Amino acid sequence: MSVMTVEGFNAYYGSAQALRDFSIELQAGEILCLLGRNGAGKTTALKAIMGTVRPESGRLVLNGVDLTGSRPEEIPRAGIGYVPQGRRLFSELTVWENLEIGLMTRGQGREGLDYALELFPVLKDRMKQRSGTLSGGEQTMLSMARAMCVNPTVMMLDEPTEGLMPSAIAGIRDAVTRLRDGGVAVLLVEQRVDAVLSVADRVAFMDHGEIKARFHIDEVRDNKELLHRYVGVGH
Amino acid sequence: MNIAPYLLLATLEGLVQASVLMLTALGLSLVFGVMRVVNVAHGEFFMLGAVGAWICATLIPGPPAVAFVAALVLAPLFVGAIAWAADWAILKRIDYNPEATIVATIGLMYIIQQTTLWSFGPNAQAVDAPFYYTLRFPWFGYSTYKFFIIGAAVVLVGGLLYFLRHSKVGLVMRATQFDRETAQNFGISVGRVYSIVFAVGAMLAAIGGVLVVPAQQAHYLMGHDPLLLSFVVVIVGGLGSIPGTIAAAILIGMSDGLLSVFFSPTLAKIFSTLLVALVLVFKPEGLFGKAGR
Ligand SMILES: Nc1ncnc2c1ncn2[C@@H]1O[C@H](COP(=O)(O)OP(=O)(O)O)[C@@H](O)[C@H]1O
Ligand SMILES: [Mg+2]
Repeated sequence: MSVMTVEGFNAYYGSAQALRDFSIELQAGEILCLLGRNGAGKTTALKAIMGTVRPESGRLVLNGVDLTGSRPEEIPRAGIGYVPQGRRLFSELTVWENLEIGLMTRGQGREGLDYALELFPVLKDRMKQRSGTLSGGEQTMLSMARAMCVNPTVMMLDEPTEGLMPSAIAGIRDAVTRLRDGGVAVLLVEQRVDAVLSVADRVAFMDHGEIKARFHIDEVRDNKELLHRYVGVGH
Repeated sequence: MNIAPYLLLATLEGLVQASVLMLTALGLSLVFGVMRVVNVAHGEFFMLGAVGAWICATLIPGPPAVAFVAALVLAPLFVGAIAWAADWAILKRIDYNPEATIVATIGLMYIIQQTTLWSFGPNAQAVDAPFYYTLRFPWFGYSTYKFFIIGAAVVLVGGLLYFLRHSKVGLVMRATQFDRETAQNFGISVGRVYSIVFAVGAMLAAIGGVLVVPAQQAHYLMGHDPLLLSFVVVIVGGLGSIPGTIAAAILIGMSDGLLSVFFSPTLAKIFSTLLVALVLVFKPEGLFGKAGR
């Protein structure tokens, strides 16, 4: 059974259409990568799922519950952890206070927190520090840890490795894979296909607010021609 | 001429001013900081607190202290309920649009003023202080009630700071102030936070009104000065900054006290107006605010 179903989202900014008939299905324990150039509508798709951009039409079902038209605060409470583009930490708040906000979302105890601190032990010594003073890599870890505190069944990450050093990127990728292996359904947004080849189970290519093609990862991994057609890999 | 007694008197008067101003301005600052709402009706919540204290004094028999304590609890609750209703009936309907809320709260200001005029009347009404002990200095006597105002304000502001720093609700308020969309992404109901903040902001002004009324009398137009001074404080302190607001309230209140005693109240008003103008031109983020927020 799919954990999250998005059906036929259409969304607009004023009169400009940013999402066209956007549909995806997510299974437990898989990573679906949403790929596409800057401005393709990836972030808008995630915001439409989170309810902070209101889709004009479409349906959202999470764990069998129809959340279509729910208020923005009700959607995360149904079990979505979200790592927004640019991390969006409450940078004036301490590391611990950021995690507390995550814990409050569903109020389901500390399991997610313990797991996050096991994956990112550096955060343990930083609890009282203002989160804005963390290094870039640590901020991304905190943003992920905050989302894990929700105890999510679906994790959505919007370009989590943007602007990070290769060493930090490896840690984030490892954490995403371990979430998947623990049964979480992961929706990972990236711009470049080479960034996800090693972790994705399925990929969807997006352009002009629309999903143009979907593949199982085995279909694309060694098919350079296909990759070039959709993203121009290695540019 | 011995300047010491004047200086002492001016300092005391300044501290009393600063204390009430601190409460009122913190309410305005909290509402602006979290909701981005410029509440022009804020002074009316102050006035309603004072009128509420008079109503308690009139209706509750026994020593004035009983009615005063009752007023200190009931008037803010009453005003908080009005603010809650106004938020629900007006501000939520216009989706907290910045321009629309200014116009709407101007309307709210007149509605509250006229309703008070119609029910309470045009005359100023005095309320007995809860106690009348006078502290004798070698040069003048000074009402201990005014010391109580200072003490009460310090306790309340300390309590508010503790609540914002250490309670769950305070944490949720700060998160919403910092980034409303991300707060929603973590299940925070921004609508509910706004209702609470608007009510708490109004209650702070109302407490200011209750505290001031034994020293100043209740009148349906008494909200004007606190509104103006609160705006001065909030701008000088840095919009939405709580520590800045506290520091600016002390600066403005003290300078108002000193200038009024040594020169004239008019000069005091000129000073604070000039200070706002200078801050807006040279340091728009406020004397105590941080740039770029
Ligand atoms: N708040 C907004 N208001 C108006 N247009 C927007 C807004 N956010 C994004 N857009 C536009 O919508 C399109 C999709 O943007 P976005 O979802 O951020 O793309 P991506 O995340 O794939 O880079 C772009 O053309 C962008 O300019
Ligand atoms: Mg984006």
